[in-house]
Amino acid sequence: MKHKTFFWFFLPTASAMLLFIALPIFSIVIQSLFTPHDAVIIVTENCDPFGCKQETTIDQEATRDLRKSEPLGKFVGLEIYKDRGHLAVNEVKEIWIESNNFTEFKKNIGNLPFYRAMAFTLTFTFTVTPLMLVFGFIIALAVNSLHHNLKGLTIFFSLLPMIVSPLIGSLVLFWMIDSRGIIGEALQYVFEDPDLSLKASTGLTWVMLIVYGVWHAAPFSFVVFYAGLQTLPMDTIESAKIDGASRLQQVWYVVIPHLMPLITFVALMQLMDNFRVFEPIVGFSAEAHAQSLSWFIFNDLGGETRLLSSAATSSVLTIIGVSILLFPVLIRTWRDFNEKSAK
Amino acid sequence: MINRSLKLPISLKVSISIFIVFWLIIAAFPFIWTLWGSFKIEADFFSKADWMNALFAPRTIAEKGGAFTGDGYYGAWVQENFWQAVINTTLVCFFVVGTSLTIGTLGGYALSRSSYKYTFWLLITALIFRAMPPITLVAGYLLPFYEWNLWGHLATTVIVLVAINQPFTLWMLHSFFQKIPKELDESAKVDGCTQFQAFRHVIIPVMWPGVITTGLFSFLLAYNDFAITSMLLSQNNQTMVPKIASFMGTTQTEGNVMFAVAAVVSTTAPLFIMVMFFQRQIVSGLTAGAVKG
Repeated sequence: MKHKTFFWFFLPTASAMLLFIALPIFSIVIQSLFTPHDAVIIVTENCDPFGCKQETTIDQEATRDLRKSEPLGKFVGLEIYKDRGHLAVNEVKEIWIESNNFTEFKKNIGNLPFYRAMAFTLTFTFTVTPLMLVFGFIIALAVNSLHHNLKGLTIFFSLLPMIVSPLIGSLVLFWMIDSRGIIGEALQYVFEDPDLSLKASTGLTWVMLIVYGVWHAAPFSFVVFYAGLQTLPMDTIESAKIDGASRLQQVWYVVIPHLMPLITFVALMQLMDNFRVFEPIVGFSAEAHAQSLSWFIFNDLGGETRLLSSAATSSVLTIIGVSILLFPVLIRTWRDFNEKSAK
Repeated sequence: MINRSLKLPISLKVSISIFIVFWLIIAAFPFIWTLWGSFKIEADFFSKADWMNALFAPRTIAEKGGAFTGDGYYGAWVQENFWQAVINTTLVCFFVVGTSLTIGTLGGYALSRSSYKYTFWLLITALIFRAMPPITLVAGYLLPFYEWNLWGHLATTVIVLVAINQPFTLWMLHSFFQKIPKELDESAKVDGCTQFQAFRHVIIPVMWPGVITTGLFSFLLAYNDFAITSMLLSQNNQTMVPKIASFMGTTQTEGNVMFAVAAVVSTTAPLFIMVMFFQRQIVSGLTAGAVKG
């Protein structure tokens, strides 16, 4: 295809992505370096027979004008990155000096909001991803051995947790695990504790969110692995059987190596997707116990005062996190492409 | 496959069946339970006394005269204007799918037919964009949208969703177009067609399976989105998912959590029907990226 033709074909999609993805990324980097102007303060001196008093008032009009004429605010460099709500450089230094050992350091760091959100996001990402891979793989193996007629129906029901919006999925589960809901009451009965509430403890909230994450993501790995199982080399399986491999050995030495490219694909995709976890926290109203980086941004943006600079800073930090996770994907794509063009 | 499954020992067969039943319950029961509960009053669906109340609904019978009540639906759709959100979602989904397929097919087709190195870099860029969590972009949208009074409108949200959708659409359509033999449009060009005519008359008629699958995923993205729609739409223009989230804020205090339950069921029902009809396409779409990569 000629360059010119390519250009015209590609122009609409390219401009959409440039204007609404590339430009906003650029914009948040800039925004994160600015903070809204402080209010303009006028100092007036009131003198009466008993002496003079200085009075400070906010000049509302001047403040509004200033903020309107320079909506970006004033340049502060990396200050917002270093403040208590983000990387909290000074606080971390203090904690480092004051803490006697690493456990104490870790515990104190956990009190800083950004690091707390980071801790949850990473825990969620790195527990949900392996669990959903294993769970999806087992479902795929089980469904694959089913009778043909049952497969379609099983796949239909299996798709449901993945296809609904995360917010709705988490609400549906949330109502069930409510202390007055069916699962919540069952748990109270099992543990013989009528006051048991999953919402009240940080640990249980995390478990609840992780269980939700696996429930939501397992169908994806199931479907991909199931498709992979359809191309299983039967003759290799046969010869493994003749060599006396047990069923477990067949799975371990034949099936898993065959699915390996798919497993890497799903794992890499899921690492990136789980890193952006956020709707379940809203759905489960779990913000008191678990906050993620995305929720952090959401929280800054919502409400009466939209803290754009703070949100932009968190966004930049989140994007840096995603980029680290993205790196292996890029290397893989690069390798694939070179292999293909070498052929 | 069939003779292999016949050879399974009976113990393994039983444990597989138990596992499948277990998984199906986990996957489907929450939805069935919520559907059932949406026709009860709150005192039954969230019963402190006995969970069986949700099944036999003694309070609903006592208060409403029957075991089923449509009060939740009435409250959500009429009192809380959920119908407005349904219309908004329909509009958003329709225009997002339409626009994103139109510009996506053009772009994806061009990527699959050009052999220059820059196509690779464009695809890599799209992959990077695909990885960006949408919520991180919102801070970048708000300032200009406020300045130019674009905030709150459905049209703005549609365009943003289309753009966010493009990377995925491009990748998917690119891989579908690569499966269509190049000789098809090459021969049309030999016969004197321009590239666009070749696309219009030769490729469009055969591209529909790929386009339908991609369209389904665009639809899902627009339908399920919460991050963008909750941030960029004004109260009146809210789509269903952010509307449900706003129910949680207002109705829990009024004891009308059933409105939200009914709204959730109303939102999930169309998805059920969609999966029923397009299961094959969804599965092929999910695997397309994987098997290729």
